[in-house]
Amino acid sequence: MSISRRDFLKGALAGGAMLATAAPAEARENLTMPDEALGLLYDSTLCIGCKACVAACKDVNDMPPEFSSESQLWDTPLDISGKTLNVIKVYQDGNSATKDSEKDGFAYMKVSCLHCVDPSCVSACPVSAMTKDPVTGIVGYDKDACIGCRYCVAACPFGVPRFQYDTPLPQISKCQLCKHRIGEGKYAACAEVCPTGATLYGKVKTLKAEAKRRVALKPGEETSFPRGNLDTHDQSPHTAKAAKYLPQVYGEKEVGGTQMLKLSAVPFEKLGMPTLPERSYAATSETMQHTLYGNALALPLAFLGVLTYVAKRNVKHHDDADDSKE
Amino acid sequence: MSASHNHPAPAPLGGPLWTPTTKILAALVAIAGVILLVRFIFGLGAVTNINDGYTWGIWVVYDVVIGSAFACGGYSVALLVYIFNKGEYHPMVRPALLASLFGYTLAGAGVIFDLGRYWNFWHIFWPGYAQPNSVMFEVAVCISAYIVVMWIEFSPAFLEKLGMKDVKKKLNKLLFFIIALGTLLPSMHQSSLGSLLVVFGYQVHPLWQSILLPLFYLMTALTIGFAVVIFEACLSSSGFKRPLEMHLLGKLSKVMLGMLAAYLVVRFGDLLVRGALLSMFVPGIEALMFWVETALFVAPLVLLWKEQSRRQPARLFIAASSLMLAGFILRINSFLVGYETGPGWHYFPSVSEIMVSIGMIALEVLGYIVLVRYLPIMSGNSESAAVAANK
Amino acid sequence: MDENTIENDESLVALEKRLGMSRRSFLQLITAMAATMGLPNDAVAAMAKAVATKKRPSVIWLHFQECTGCTESLLRAEHPTLEKLILDIISLDYHETLFAAAGHQAEAARRAAMKANKGKYILVVEGAIPTKDNGIYCKIGGQTAIEMLKECAADAAAVIAIGSCASWGGMPATPPNPTGAKSAGEVLGKVIPNIPGCPPNPYNFLSTVVHFLTFGKLPDVDDIGRPKFAYSRLIHENCERRPHFDASRFAMEFGDAGHKQGWCLYKLGCKGPETYANCPAILFGDVGNASWPVGTGHPCIGCTEKGIAFTKPIHALADLKTMRPPVGFPRVVEEQGVGATIGAAVLTAAVAGAAFGAGAQMAKNLGKNVPLDEGKPEERKPS
Repeated sequence: MSISRRDFLKGALAGGAMLATAAPAEARENLTMPDEALGLLYDSTLCIGCKACVAACKDVNDMPPEFSSESQLWDTPLDISGKTLNVIKVYQDGNSATKDSEKDGFAYMKVSCLHCVDPSCVSACPVSAMTKDPVTGIVGYDKDACIGCRYCVAACPFGVPRFQYDTPLPQISKCQLCKHRIGEGKYAACAEVCPTGATLYGKVKTLKAEAKRRVALKPGEETSFPRGNLDTHDQSPHTAKAAKYLPQVYGEKEVGGTQMLKLSAVPFEKLGMPTLPERSYAATSETMQHTLYGNALALPLAFLGVLTYVAKRNVKHHDDADDSKE
Repeated sequence: MSASHNHPAPAPLGGPLWTPTTKILAALVAIAGVILLVRFIFGLGAVTNINDGYTWGIWVVYDVVIGSAFACGGYSVALLVYIFNKGEYHPMVRPALLASLFGYTLAGAGVIFDLGRYWNFWHIFWPGYAQPNSVMFEVAVCISAYIVVMWIEFSPAFLEKLGMKDVKKKLNKLLFFIIALGTLLPSMHQSSLGSLLVVFGYQVHPLWQSILLPLFYLMTALTIGFAVVIFEACLSSSGFKRPLEMHLLGKLSKVMLGMLAAYLVVRFGDLLVRGALLSMFVPGIEALMFWVETALFVAPLVLLWKEQSRRQPARLFIAASSLMLAGFILRINSFLVGYETGPGWHYFPSVSEIMVSIGMIALEVLGYIVLVRYLPIMSGNSESAAVAANK
Repeated sequence: MDENTIENDESLVALEKRLGMSRRSFLQLITAMAATMGLPNDAVAAMAKAVATKKRPSVIWLHFQECTGCTESLLRAEHPTLEKLILDIISLDYHETLFAAAGHQAEAARRAAMKANKGKYILVVEGAIPTKDNGIYCKIGGQTAIEMLKECAADAAAVIAIGSCASWGGMPATPPNPTGAKSAGEVLGKVIPNIPGCPPNPYNFLSTVVHFLTFGKLPDVDDIGRPKFAYSRLIHENCERRPHFDASRFAMEFGDAGHKQGWCLYKLGCKGPETYANCPAILFGDVGNASWPVGTGHPCIGCTEKGIAFTKPIHALADLKTMRPPVGFPRVVEEQGVGATIGAAVLTAAVAGAAFGAGAQMAKNLGKNVPLDEGKPEERKPS
């Protein structure tokens, strides 16, 4: 018995179409954030571009300096990389005269891991080198598990994980929210050293409340800005006037939410933060995989069953023919 | 059905090993070997131009993704012969399998030298490390399994040479299952090579990003498989001065065209439904490469539309080449041209990077030539065998 | 006039005798003063001559709501020392702190000097002027400060405010400003040249006066009357700790490791980024390196700036004024990665060319040189 080619193709296409419009029962929704998730609040309007966070991060993570000029005098990274986990970038327009002005102004943006609630890197990693802590939600990297395939580098919608191309024993490099300092009772160095409180550390729910409070302020309204750890209040706040915030907390919904939230007066796209849908790409990719291979490989095994049956019957013919010749 | 096995049994071609061709191929392989040595001593950056904006360069996109697609000859022919029971294509099985075997084994090797921490490679298979939600996990496990299956599928060829008839008989009893696996596994991983892109989200241009990517990659892999068989048959005929089996190739090309037409319907249907069709008119490198890709896919349909055209070997060859190039460009487009992690990143392979890929191809061709001369693969007849021996 | 001629100038010889300092020392002084004001070398000669030859101009110095810090600052000037040179370069005809005389005699001397030098004397104002309740909160010799200021300003050739108090109100004007303290310029209703600071560096004042003496006019001032040579740059622009700011090394607490190493004091509230003054360039007290607040380890309090000194808390963070990001600051989009090099492009073209060439050749060959096996399988002989 053989299936006619026409029937097979028809069946394949029909099957494919059915899979493409897979039943919602298979759809994987965005992951939810752990209740005690830790994160950062970065306020671009408070940032003065002093790069204390860049230096502190290098220090506590033992990263080497990165040079971008001929006179290699001090650490001057231009982007996060295999040697740099955190960098401050500047947006400039026209004569760059006014801070936080979209036109003829300048503004800063911190570039480091956003610790997504539903990370693409964790979904992509084939060997569980990228993991999401179930309590703190910190996205961690384990070099001992890593195979260096760089799928995480390609998958991250923010382009965060970086790779060390210049060594025979490379690693992936990305911020891990100073999780190695938690045991010592410390927290993220960038938040600890920030002089203006532009980078704030704490539980994401507390940070989110603070972010919403700021966005609701009137531009020019004087208010108190905390510094350091928002939950322990380990540093004195300072008083300043609120900037003209965009009514958006970046990271609230983007690809299912991130644990580093951002505030800005200049549109986020111009500061290098992409506009992203609410549904995480991990959810889309895993829905597809589960549809095709879920339920303990139900579909492939069924397909294998059909193929085995057909092959057995056809191969038998050839075998008999072969044997009869020998 | 009874006439399906009236073709001459496969036999080694014999002939000299060191010809100008094989010498050049060996030199290319040696160059690639030296470059790889540098890669392992100094790191990937020492010999490639990959960077964090384009972290997968041609070693992944060509050697693995495209290389494995080009190695789908065995898959396509096995599907025809053993599933659709078209026994007349049986003589093509072994040469196709050999090319596939080489292609996939080298694609697997290509993965190893692209991996940054290759010594941990076994983690993919190890419970505790393996992460089944990852598309790459599935691709890696599937390809590895398929390589094993293909070696088993191919073993009759060298079991024969080694004269181990008993083992061969026992293996033949299980062959149906091996073949079934050898049809399932490539369906899974060739489609998953496309699925790899889904998690990239907006980073892949709308002309290529789609939930149907696995289907596109599967269909093109099948189509390329047929094209590769035609292509390699032409090459072999020309290279080894053997007759070209036009009747088979002509029929094969019909199957290929059918699959190709189906693919184009699905591809453009998807673009229409997603509202991405207009992107192909937005001036830019993406639109340009999309037109190139589409033209290469449509060309075989135009070239081989008439029955008469399908009897012209030159046309068959050009159509097959066009289709292979189309599949090549589709993958280059989805992974590189249409991929942008952010503005400001540039990538073009370095000279040493290209030389390694060339070396891999050279190794494949060299290996094919050597094995075809020593093992019973090509369906021989006494005249052609004598001709080949005297070459 | 070159140096040799200056040295032999009669007037300078006379000056030497009068001042009791060598011509060389005198010229060094004038050169230093010219340098402070950013004047070119040929100004030195003019200044030297002016100091040596002109009749000493009369200076009336008024004190109102002040702490006398500005005078004290001037008293500590070394080059020139106050008693040696300034009292000889100018004719200080009224100064309440330095006068031996007091009471009505002092006031009489003032009026006499004003009458004798009508239209030619320089009026220097130190201290703020209370304006509430008709200015009764500061009276000298029965006159309110307002009256005295207006009277003296009427016939002055130039009015210079010294110190933050006279320049913009200073400490007495700290909110809620119970006495209605105002600057000299506000009382007179016009922008007058002012040397803010609490206290200002004496050399800013001295250079301004010598400039006036030499060229007959005051040095270039900004839109609020401050001489540009001293007040056109932010402290942040010239601070010796600026490299620490740029490399993000901050002292977090007084006495911590960073503080001991002289790191930037921005986080402790240094107002350098929003304060215009030349303190880091010329320092204070002539006692050598780092003799200014930041240099000694205390954040700048912005003593020259209205709205900052005595208004903003000392440890509140400064706004970075007109601080455009430096060149080389990482941008949102940085060009990274290597595109096609000539070698790679040539190689790719060569490979593509070879492939296409071989393919074309193959296509030509097929069907011509390559035998075709077109028979049906059934027709072929079984082997």
